[in-house]
Amino acid sequence: MPVITLSIDDELVSGRADESLLQVIREHGITLPTLCHMEGLSERGGCRLCIVEVEGAARPLPACTTPAREGMVVRTDTERLRRYRRMIVELMLAERNHYCAVCVSIGNCELQRVAAALGVDHVRYEYLSPRLSMDLSHDRFGIDHNRCILCTRCVRVCDEVEGVHTWDISGRGVRSRIIADLNHPWGTSDSCTSCGKCVQVCPTGALFTKGVVVGEMVKDPGMLLRVLEGREKKEWAG
Amino acid sequence: MIRAELKRMAEEERQRQERLFCRIMVCAGTPCLSAGALPVLEALREAVAESRLDAGIEAVGTGCMGPCSRGPLVKVRIRGKETVYERVTPELARQILFSVVKGRRPPTVAALPPELPFFARQMKVVLANSGSINPERIEEYAASGGYSALSHALHEMTPEEVCREISTSGLRGRGGAGYPTGVKWNLARKAPGERKYVVANGDEGDPGAYMDRSVMESDPHRVLEGMALAGYAIGAEQGFIYVRGEYYLAGRRLEAAIRDAERKGLLGSRVLGSNFNFRIDIRTGAGAFVCGEETSLMASIMGKRGQPWHRPPYPAQRGLWGSPTLINNVETLAAVPVVIGRGADWFAGVGTARSKGTKVYALSGQVETTGLIEVPMGTTLREVVFEIGGGIPSGKQFKAAQTGGPSGGSIPAEHLDTPLDYESLEAIGTIMGSGGLIIMDETSCMPDVASFFLDFCRDESCGKCVPCRVGTIEMHRLLRRITSGTATMDDLYRLEELCDLVGATSLCGLGMTAPNPVVSTLRYFRAEYEAHIRERRCPAGACSIEPLPPGPEGPELLHAAGAPEEAD
Ligand SMILES: Cc1cc2nc3c(=O)[nH]c(=O)nc-3n(C[C@H](O)[C@H](O)[C@H](O)COP(=O)(O)O)c2cc1C
Ligand code: SF4
Ligand code: SF4
Ligand code: SF4
Ligand code: SF4
Ligand code: FES
Ligand code: FES
Repeated sequence: MPVITLSIDDELVSGRADESLLQVIREHGITLPTLCHMEGLSERGGCRLCIVEVEGAARPLPACTTPAREGMVVRTDTERLRRYRRMIVELMLAERNHYCAVCVSIGNCELQRVAAALGVDHVRYEYLSPRLSMDLSHDRFGIDHNRCILCTRCVRVCDEVEGVHTWDISGRGVRSRIIADLNHPWGTSDSCTSCGKCVQVCPTGALFTKGVVVGEMVKDPGMLLRVLEGREKKEWAG
Repeated sequence: MIRAELKRMAEEERQRQERLFCRIMVCAGTPCLSAGALPVLEALREAVAESRLDAGIEAVGTGCMGPCSRGPLVKVRIRGKETVYERVTPELARQILFSVVKGRRPPTVAALPPELPFFARQMKVVLANSGSINPERIEEYAASGGYSALSHALHEMTPEEVCREISTSGLRGRGGAGYPTGVKWNLARKAPGERKYVVANGDEGDPGAYMDRSVMESDPHRVLEGMALAGYAIGAEQGFIYVRGEYYLAGRRLEAAIRDAERKGLLGSRVLGSNFNFRIDIRTGAGAFVCGEETSLMASIMGKRGQPWHRPPYPAQRGLWGSPTLINNVETLAAVPVVIGRGADWFAGVGTARSKGTKVYALSGQVETTGLIEVPMGTTLREVVFEIGGGIPSGKQFKAAQTGGPSGGSIPAEHLDTPLDYESLEAIGTIMGSGGLIIMDETSCMPDVASFFLDFCRDESCGKCVPCRVGTIEMHRLLRRITSGTATMDDLYRLEELCDLVGATSLCGLGMTAPNPVVSTLRYFRAEYEAHIRERRCPAGACSIEPLPPGPEGPELLHAAGAPEEAD
């Protein structure tokens, strides 16, 4: 792939022509908040946290779905972007119930981490406080819809990596919900192999392993890349 | 069928109609049908049969005649002279026929004056056949000159020339964004790809809009001909027409039209004896507004969840099944046979410098005659409201017009003389959109109007991206606080901040434009917002200023506001 040169935060950097802006930005050591992105999965462009300003574009663009191009002039950390990102996190927190103090993921939660990093110390929007259920029908895992941010990492990992497509989304807009199979209790799913990949990639306390005490639900974000790399190298073949 | 046969079919139909002493046309568009057009048509057919004059008199159902609020409409044509009757009952229809049979002049009761500005001030190009041909007979379309543009292009033009003609005409997309159609066709033509597709976007989700439905119902062959021309121009052999599920009649008529065109060799393989093959299939949408957005429309056609995808790549580069795909709005495609048939110069001679041709509007709201109209680009809002529409009923004052549906904005009285064209509308902070035109009088409350559109957007948000999914619901809540008199100035500030965020960071056009109705009403009617907040009163007298229940809202309200529900 040809090498391209672009400017990121006033610095000239190089990247490959098939990379996304996010890849180039991260390769150059700049941190950019992301929640729906996960290396190894297809991009969704849904959380809108990775937005950057690109000269010539009227609106900020999500770095994860924008291809890097020769000569781009990109800014990753303007006052406007910081303000937008904070507001987006506030909206995420207002959408469902995030009472960190009683959440299995407290301290190990990507949403919480992003919120803290952006300085979101309170939410100015009305909490929607929907009354959502928890599905504990699976032997080993559980899903608490109250913590779900609809990033669909679970949907994608199950479909693209495990290859069974147990998860999907039902409904639309703020009524969207993650469902197993055709909206059956997870425990009754015929397709789920109980591999646990979805639990590992979930950025919040929505998907968790049963029997874990509050604050102990540590996830292993490196799992996915290890799996993919292992497959590439045929580590488990034959 | 080859070229000569098409000509013969057209000529025979023309002669058949000329031999008729009288042709009575009953509007069978959806609005007239719901006003009772079917019994009228049946009564007429019976009466014709009874009078044993079936050879000389013909009663047919047509597409929309325009002034839908006055339906059912009946048009009587005797020796080229036409009279239109409004609010026709089966009884009145029989009377009309009776006097015609007796050789008397048709009664004048319920007849609309021929010089009625509603008709006289319009220019029907895309709607030329609507209301005068039977959409279910391909012969009538041919008799009006139908399929001759396709025949001309296939035999006398290269695909490149067809694209150039469309570019020269200045035709721009009627689906909302106004993108130059010729540029899009050229991109699709040049895009490398074994297979290519043409898609007609007939989803039309804007509340109150029915321009595309009417074109599909009234003149389905025109859309098919436009699609075939597009297919020839870009090198596609397959077209899809995406019709929303609610448009049952449009779907049925299109289906019949496709069948007839295939039978006559106007679609299918070796169209009109040329080397061009073109198939059209219908896809029915389930009625999600977002499925009108091109990337989610393609997802839906491919059988996936109808959610938008990030562009680029644009459909012309990578569309259906990875192949270059041309997506045009139904009205855009319906204009194509005219551009090719009458020539680009003729088309470019209508309209303004940068907005060419005519535009169809669904005129609704507080105006004397509502319905479907077509006027040259650049016609002013005042002409549309006060001449064509007959002004505001009950002596009330014009207050504002909403153009562009939920993605658009409002035009206040001070801009009544704005020409309706892409640039002028943008200059005053609204858009042409697909052509919904809602007229409001002094009793309309602008924050309430904004709340109505936001309500629509949050309901239709697909939920993929956070700013739109949660932002629109929070915006709607803030608007509800304002209209119920419980908001503070801080709420107004937060609303404006959300308008900025949602517009700037949403993934697709739905979220990007969702704040527009709020932004534009705030621009022109800010005082009204402030009156609700500071004085707790609605200047238009539309909102009941009642405090919302205190504290956290109850589950009922949450439900009404679209919050997710408790699982079963
Ligand atoms: C939320 C949303 C809804 C849309 N709905 C429609 C629609 O119902 N019909 C339509 O023709 N275009 C619709 N569009 C615009 C299409 O994406 C696309 O631009 C258009 O069909 C292109 O055709 P044109 O160039 O002929 O206008 C919509 C866009 C958005 C963002
Ligand atoms: S998911 Fe994260 S942000 Fe939400 S309650 Fe749990 S720890 Fe807090
Ligand atoms: S445990 Fe594995 S198979 Fe089951 S839903 Fe999660 S990812 Fe899919
Ligand atoms: S369950 Fe977890 S991974 Fe799945 S969508 Fe919700 S937050 Fe994302
Ligand atoms: S802007 Fe709204 S409709 Fe468009 S992708 Fe985002 S959530 Fe879906
Ligand atoms: S990480 Fe790019 S939009 Fe979520
Ligand atoms: S439907 Fe009859 S006039 Fe429009």
